[in-house]
Amino acid sequence: MFDDRSPIYLQIADGIKNDVLSGALKEDEQVMSTNQYAAFYRINPATAAKGFAQLVEEGVLYKKRGIGMFVSPDARERLRRERRERFFTEVVDPMLAEAKRIGIEVDEIVRHLGGAR
Amino acid sequence: MIELRGVTVRYGRTVAVDDVTLDLPTGKIYGLLGRNGSGKTSLLSALASFRRPAFGVVRVDGADAFENPAVMRNTCFIRDTLDCNESDKVRQLMCFAGWMRPTWDADYAAKLLDLFEINPRKRASSLSRGQKSAVGVVLGLASRAPLTILDETYLGMDAVARAAFYRELLEDYLAHPRTIVLSTHLIEEVADLFERVVIIDRGRLLLHEETDELRGRGVTVTGPAAAVGEFVAGHTVLGEQSLGGVRAVTLDWHPAADDVARGESAGLTFGPVGIQDLFIHLTSRAERLEATR
Repeated sequence: MFDDRSPIYLQIADGIKNDVLSGALKEDEQVMSTNQYAAFYRINPATAAKGFAQLVEEGVLYKKRGIGMFVSPDARERLRRERRERFFTEVVDPMLAEAKRIGIEVDEIVRHLGGAR
Repeated sequence: MIELRGVTVRYGRTVAVDDVTLDLPTGKIYGLLGRNGSGKTSLLSALASFRRPAFGVVRVDGADAFENPAVMRNTCFIRDTLDCNESDKVRQLMCFAGWMRPTWDADYAAKLLDLFEINPRKRASSLSRGQKSAVGVVLGLASRAPLTILDETYLGMDAVARAAFYRELLEDYLAHPRTIVLSTHLIEEVADLFERVVIIDRGRLLLHEETDELRGRGVTVTGPAAAVGEFVAGHTVLGEQSLGGVRAVTLDWHPAADDVARGESAGLTFGPVGIQDLFIHLTSRAERLEATR
């Protein structure tokens, strides 16, 4: 599940964000407790807690004292906005750079994308 | 808090542990890593007060731990000898542990023996290496001691038994949080369970860090030799290799995004370094050098 090539707490946070974006986790839905998460994924609970704390800090999750953690109502919308802003610089630009290196014209890419519509 | 202050362990003229000072907040799972002969067992013996340090002191919640009944009652140290009379039956070892430990859970011990498929009517002397380790795991976990120290308590255990050990360790820790110190050479299979890692090398403390901080702490930079040389100058080099005009250098450095972008535009590629690789680089015998061109 996790690799040791980047901090696990960041991998946890990314995994939960992806679940929120895909709709697997709904708004105001309760997420697993830190201990449930640690037992399920076989990791130290402090590491899991750090991942959840990161998500609370970013506003993706919110805490209800004594009950647990839940998905923020606006989390999906905000994550989508952030990811969309980064989409062109992080996904499209590197692809265009690779295309240029190997001599693929932008027209050709556009034709290919047209077929995917 | 468990405090080691200037702990030195000597065997005659050999210094096994050299002036180790370490603060271990309680309630966490620690991994103790070190090469063979680095002093792991000696350090753990001092931590458990099985051995009086030549110099220095171990304090548990402020009290000197050595020959301190209140501390020792709450300290469980499992080492490969099992510290038992070999002619005793496993059942008797469990009984002794129950008499000595206020926190002993006999039902849990029975469950674990069953899990590891150990017949309690067998004598300790008739057990295989792996079964002896499993009995050590049972004694260690079922003791529920506030300070539980497991010194390479996996020797001879097969992959299935080790997986069961790690699963039980974590689940019982979640249910009964306590301080657990585990020494191991099998870094990759167990590192996810450690909140913190302590590395000792040649008797000295090399590192005490949150495990997650070590993930992604190192980086390997690969590319044309000249460009690599220019880029890595000034950083601590952990290892390097060359093939033809290509050079790969592993650094103890976490580059920022703009460092990576700058390197990539110079034709360099960046690769992460896992905890095991980081350990190998940090403890291999070659002297670490400042990068040169």
